[in-house]
Amino acid sequence: MIKAAYLHIPFCEHICHYCDFNKVFLKGQPVDEYLLALEQEMILTLQKYPTNGLETIFVGGGTPTSLNEKQLDRFCESINRNLPRSSNLEFTFEANPGDLTKGKLQILKDAGVNRLSLGVQTFNEELLKKIGRVHRAKDVYQTVDNAKAVGFENISIDLIFSLPTQTINDFKESLSEAFTLDIQHYSAYSLIIEPKTVFYNLMQKGKLPTPGEDMEAAMYVLLMEEMERNNFNQYEISNFSKPGYESKHNLTYWNNDYYYGFGAGAHCYVDGWRRSNAGPLKKYMELIDNGNLPIFQEHQTSKAEQIEEEMFLGLRKTDGVSISHFIDKYEIDPLQLFEKEIANLISKKWIEIKDDNIYLTKTGRLLGNEVFQSFLGVTN
Amino acid sequence: MNREEKLKRQSNIRNFSIIAHIDHGKSTLADRILERTNALTSREMKAQLLDSMDLERERGITIKLNAVQLKYKAKDGEEYTFHLIDTPGHVDFTYEVSRSLAACEGAVLVVDAAQGIEAQTLANVYLALDNNLEIIPVINKIDLPSAEPERVRNEIEEVIGLDASEAVLASAKAGIGIEDILEQVVKTVPAPTGDPDAPLKALIFDSLYDAYRGVVAYIRVVEGSVKVGDKIKMMATGAEFEVNEVGVFTPKSTLVDELTVGDVGFLSASIKNVGDTRVGDTITNAKNGSTEPLPGYRKLNPMVYCGLYPIDTAKFNDLREALEKLQLNDSALQFEPETSQALGFGFRCGFLGLLHMEIIQERIEREFKIDLITTAPSVIYDVHMTNGTQIKVDNPSNLPDPQKIDHVEEPYVKATMMAPNEYVGAIMELCQQKRGIFINMQYQGENRVNIIYEIPLAEIVYDFFDQLKSSTRGYASFDYELIGYKPSSLVKMDILLNAEKVDALSFIVHKDFAYERGKVIVEKLKELIPRQQFEVPVQAAIGQKIVARSTIKSMGKNVLAKCYGGDISRKRKLLEKQKEGKKRMKQVGSVEVPQEAFMAVLKMDDNNTKK
Repeated sequence: MIKAAYLHIPFCEHICHYCDFNKVFLKGQPVDEYLLALEQEMILTLQKYPTNGLETIFVGGGTPTSLNEKQLDRFCESINRNLPRSSNLEFTFEANPGDLTKGKLQILKDAGVNRLSLGVQTFNEELLKKIGRVHRAKDVYQTVDNAKAVGFENISIDLIFSLPTQTINDFKESLSEAFTLDIQHYSAYSLIIEPKTVFYNLMQKGKLPTPGEDMEAAMYVLLMEEMERNNFNQYEISNFSKPGYESKHNLTYWNNDYYYGFGAGAHCYVDGWRRSNAGPLKKYMELIDNGNLPIFQEHQTSKAEQIEEEMFLGLRKTDGVSISHFIDKYEIDPLQLFEKEIANLISKKWIEIKDDNIYLTKTGRLLGNEVFQSFLGVTN
Repeated sequence: MNREEKLKRQSNIRNFSIIAHIDHGKSTLADRILERTNALTSREMKAQLLDSMDLERERGITIKLNAVQLKYKAKDGEEYTFHLIDTPGHVDFTYEVSRSLAACEGAVLVVDAAQGIEAQTLANVYLALDNNLEIIPVINKIDLPSAEPERVRNEIEEVIGLDASEAVLASAKAGIGIEDILEQVVKTVPAPTGDPDAPLKALIFDSLYDAYRGVVAYIRVVEGSVKVGDKIKMMATGAEFEVNEVGVFTPKSTLVDELTVGDVGFLSASIKNVGDTRVGDTITNAKNGSTEPLPGYRKLNPMVYCGLYPIDTAKFNDLREALEKLQLNDSALQFEPETSQALGFGFRCGFLGLLHMEIIQERIEREFKIDLITTAPSVIYDVHMTNGTQIKVDNPSNLPDPQKIDHVEEPYVKATMMAPNEYVGAIMELCQQKRGIFINMQYQGENRVNIIYEIPLAEIVYDFFDQLKSSTRGYASFDYELIGYKPSSLVKMDILLNAEKVDALSFIVHKDFAYERGKVIVEKLKELIPRQQFEVPVQAAIGQKIVARSTIKSMGKNVLAKCYGGDISRKRKLLEKQKEGKKRMKQVGSVEVPQEAFMAVLKMDDNNTKK
């Protein structure tokens, strides 16, 4: 059963130097037409793949809050009209600090949005400029205050570390600032330089002074320690929360569960099929105008792939993979299937098994990819 | 055909090669000749048709021989049959050149009108003269603004001693002078002599293996004739076969009734065993055949040895088969099984030079899909033991204990370099660095110098040619020949990873350079070997003595932070790519070592090579 939906708003007023998501400059774009197409996609999809009720809806981008109040209002209304929800829905909007006016906050609140994910990235003004963000640190405090005033009780911020020229002290200071906000959730990602970004081009020219692998590791360790010290529970490689505030949406991915993906370039996983939508707006809207689902690529996962993904996604969670759940789902014992790999990883002290769970050790978290790879190409 | 017809046809056959330095326009000229003789419609023309192997096109060089039959209607009204036999231009393939020249009566010498004669051209012209070939000088690229045809004409006369008064001025690219060249071929290249009724004598100058037809031998008929159904004998091996097909390349392979004196073509005879057709052997009739084989070729011995190991140890037999197949038409390639503690089962292979080695390695990886570890190349050392015996060592890890060695001799070459005056300094500096001994320097023509050094072959096989090119901005050309062995103070340098000696990384080095090389190589290895789970010390040692050390740090962080908006396929691809990269590494003890690391010893001089 499908319990999660991702919706993509591909518009941005400014484009960040590290971002490789599907996005375009807002100016001059057919935003209203796009929102209509998005609604049409929800209708078509729900007819074909119905759900009893969603437990999480996540609106990401791009910049969802780059929509004007009228567009935002209509968009939320169309979500609520078309996507059935269960009683305990987590409904998240991504937002840029500074973009979120009181008016927009109220619209979201009224529409039932109950979680905000703010793209803070760092509190260091210099670094904010360097990575192409236009908000300032003070915008973060203001936005969080406003959100609380409107009644939001579940707020998360994104941080990025290992930024160009960033020192461990910079990061430490950003973390201290972050802890003053009195919010419920943090996501912290190390910078990954992706092709087709400003940073990638700089790196190609040798003009991007990144802190390097060892510093990145040190920052990650600092992050985990600081989170623990401030009573935030690390429930996944990059995610930390107060108890009960774990993001249901993120967990959908790591639990290898199904999710809808609506919008240009969005990804979905439904009935064993992984699909991605056409990225270019024109192409996306054209497909929908002709009464089609806007699918660009699709792949039916084999059982072997599902099993591998169950492992490399599940192990991202602090609790890891539940052996009994795995057996229920795939009718095979992971301890037998991966006997050799698991023994090898345990000997390297990268994973542990306790009771029903296989999970990464603290060292293992730093070297997750090394662990995940070992489960690829083993089953047939 | 009766005897008269055969003799008439024979008198109109012209067999020739094109000799040229790389980039002087040989392939373009060959294309023009093919066009002019209507061998192909222009629609069929692929650029540079004779270089048919992918690898050849990519590298812009010729490796394998190709022979094409062409019809040319000359100004005298007669129709002539040409056989154009291609020759490789690189110094490693001198042997192949001698093979193709042996199938010809003439050679077109192409010299670039701007650059003049290069060392390699010179070497090949001498080979042609040794084979009593008539030489037709062609000054190519005369349409270039920098062309100096008169200077080059003088150079040909002065440096080679050829009469260049009738040299054809041409531009293969612009199609100038092509007709003149063809007319000169008719006039200057002698028709083949030989008796079509005599017992068959055909020289095998190349061969290839075809899954359906067995061995296909490329032959030049010198005496007699051969047709389908004939019983033939290989004179060197005595093996007998019945001919299934005979044909020529036009350049499409085309079956004919018979090949007779002067013809250059192919035959197949259900020859399954690769060893039965040796390049250089003579084919004759099984009954009443000739007793006197044609002179074979000067058989070249490999000069450079390295170990080839399959990364996947299960592919050892596949690698053997691949080497056997390649050896079929590349008798200069030698191999025998060897074992390495670090790398398992593989082969010690002998090559003519570094390019030859790279080409074989690439062909095995591409055509046979076997991922390889190649160890650093080594020459053959003559080791004189204290007990008076003498052994040959082609694998550095086999060098005996220093206490048992009286002295070691290493092969030296005479290296001939030609370049414009202004690079003399750079060339001499490079040769000194490479332990060269200055022999001679001659000015040739106005602005060209011929410099001769004696240099240890071991220094040449690394990256001498690359360095020579980079220090002379590509203007220097280079040729070398082996001159014998000289005593040298050589020591074996061992490399230890995680305190374990890795035999495949050992190399032999001159004592005076040992410390420095040790230092460079441990740094190089540190760069090339990815971080491992544990810290790995890298040490260079002579005997028990550690002379250099570096450390590969343990892995810091390798985990994908983002979730890519639910794009799990992308995560998977990234993990798969990382895993694939590991497959191309070899587990040596507890350390995963990538292919390139085994060649690190080659790249030691990267620091002063501008790339």
